[in-house]
Amino acid sequence: MAEAGKRRVLITGVSRFLGLRIAKRLESDPGVEAIVGVDLEEPPIGIDKVEFVRVDIRNPLVARVLQASKADTVIHTNIASSPGFLGGRSQMKENNVIGTMQLLAAVQRANHVQKVIVKSSSAIYGSGPGEPSILPEDHAARQVDLSGYGKDCAEAETYARDFGRRRQDVDLVILRTQNVIGPTVSTSITDYLSLPVLPTALGYDPRLQFLHEEDAVGAFVAAMNADCRGIFNVAADGVVYLSQAIRLLGRVQAPVLLPAAQAVATLIKRFDIVDFPIDQLKLLLFGRVVDTQRAKQAFGFNPAYSTIDALVDFRDNRSEDLTPLRGPRPAWERELFTYLKEKAQAEKESV
Amino acid sequence: MAEADVIHIDSARSRPRKTRERCAATTATGRPCRNYAVDRSAYCRVHAAEDSGRTRHPSSRKASSDELREAVPDVAGGFFERAEDFVRRRLSGNYPVDDFGYDPELAREVLLPLAKPLYDNYFRVRTLGVDRIPAEGPALLVGNHSGTIPLDAVMVQYAVATEHPRRRTVRNVAANLAFRMPFVGPLARKTGAAVANDEDANELLRRGELVGIFPEGYKGVGKGWRERYKLQRFGRGGFVELALRQRVPIVPIAIVGAEEAYPMIGNAKLIAKTFGFPYFPITPTFPLLGPLGMLPLPSRWLIEFGEPVPMDEYPEDAADDAMLVFDLSDRIRDTIQQMLYRNLSRRGGAFL
Repeated sequence: MAEAGKRRVLITGVSRFLGLRIAKRLESDPGVEAIVGVDLEEPPIGIDKVEFVRVDIRNPLVARVLQASKADTVIHTNIASSPGFLGGRSQMKENNVIGTMQLLAAVQRANHVQKVIVKSSSAIYGSGPGEPSILPEDHAARQVDLSGYGKDCAEAETYARDFGRRRQDVDLVILRTQNVIGPTVSTSITDYLSLPVLPTALGYDPRLQFLHEEDAVGAFVAAMNADCRGIFNVAADGVVYLSQAIRLLGRVQAPVLLPAAQAVATLIKRFDIVDFPIDQLKLLLFGRVVDTQRAKQAFGFNPAYSTIDALVDFRDNRSEDLTPLRGPRPAWERELFTYLKEKAQAEKESV
Repeated sequence: MAEADVIHIDSARSRPRKTRERCAATTATGRPCRNYAVDRSAYCRVHAAEDSGRTRHPSSRKASSDELREAVPDVAGGFFERAEDFVRRRLSGNYPVDDFGYDPELAREVLLPLAKPLYDNYFRVRTLGVDRIPAEGPALLVGNHSGTIPLDAVMVQYAVATEHPRRRTVRNVAANLAFRMPFVGPLARKTGAAVANDEDANELLRRGELVGIFPEGYKGVGKGWRERYKLQRFGRGGFVELALRQRVPIVPIAIVGAEEAYPMIGNAKLIAKTFGFPYFPITPTFPLLGPLGMLPLPSRWLIEFGEPVPMDEYPEDAADDAMLVFDLSDRIRDTIQQMLYRNLSRRGGAFL
């Protein structure tokens, strides 16, 4: 049986950056009794307390893992921002939208779950010249203007909100994270900012806002521990112009005429230099800044890094080898059916 | 010209009431609490009961653009030391920018001096009543809009930045189009502009800024020469709603001179439609003289800042009273129109 007052956490996307870092942070948290990690690939390093189960969240079997895990908290980080290793845009959409749908359907059946935290993104607001300069959570993005990642997030959030309506007893938290940056995270934005010469659109200088990787992890943990529910923007304080960011990084800016920018972006993508989704191009024209007041009040979100600090940390401490998270194989790896069988066995014995 | 009936705004004030402090706390949704504070406390009854360790709402926490400007380090030494330090700081990217994108250093140290000859020598701008703008705290500056290219907004900004006793920064709100255009968009942001929507205007006022607004919008800048100094419809009264909700005074501004800088004698609607502009101006020199025609004519300017109209004496829900909003909007429009007629004769010749 679960120890009184201790959490049992199920994390999806545990082998990906954010899920892995959250698991790592919770490993030493005395308030957490056990962690079940779910992903398609095994995590690159072993983490105490984490039992890894290889299962696709799009598969209804995830419901049985959830039942067996007796998790009271579900942290869903398995939403990919770029097609990357998933193999293409349609796979990415499958993973993001259908995955969230299936997972939440499973959670709806699981009565032991009391809290669900879903990762979303500020990409949901889109980018445009007429958008509010500081976006509050209740600013409704027009879905027609969204594509790619932003649209996935919007659809995943719709399923999450439907779930929230059906299970009023569960505290549902949706965290819309800004562009995550830091010494170890790898996203399309960090790839772009790592280029020696950065192509930008001539005549445009977007305001950018980042979120340091440590603060991103911190936000998930804080939201888990606090008594809160709702949708929250999570981002660092302060903004930086793209031109300013490039100078801070000590790189060179190469302004390109806007009609050519699309071509350059496609070219860069074709040669695998940066995996930059075309739908994010608008971000590099008009930028995006969000209001984080609500998160600060609801769960005491207090970013340690400002936008500029995060950039400086990215500049100074980024290692060339971006696989620092390699290590011994996980001690607890289990295949799905072994996991389920063992749990059932343990159940029987305890009765 | 028919003599308009001047209605003084003061007589229109409905039942004057005691102004009371509002609660300094923020509600769960992140908006400032709208309850009145209990006597001798910064909080209302609800929030005073809660623990005192709460964060206060943004207006008391976020640095205003004036504070941000003062935070820019002042380097001792001569012009060259300062210039060298400035260039080094700009090249390293290490300078503050506020959440809206206002870059105080660039605006004050580079762009303002660039506008100086235009203001002093070309347009020979004279101002009246600039000290009527509050020395601190939020206010809404409402002006007439004219002259094809919104130079009037720039001149008002320059006037307040140089002639006001506190050299305050005016944060203009501009239409989407400005931010869609290359070069213009980033330049507008860096000089302190924000988008003309509810969210931006409200947030700027909450942070204690002076917000400049031109309710005529495109109708004002894009009107023909024959309609000069005739105020167009003042939007839909959104600026009054804004002022009532935030309880900030409205400072009416009359700008004389911008009309003659770019007299619009024609509007090439087909070209405008092709490029998605609200209008495409034809002036005596543009497009006849090509890029040279984009130079403004050297008109003589006079900018008058009127007496601030307080908004904190109206009832709590006044912003929802559409009739009151239209009424106030019309009165402020009339005030500006009267100031315009008065100042047109006061200015004398348009060019010499």
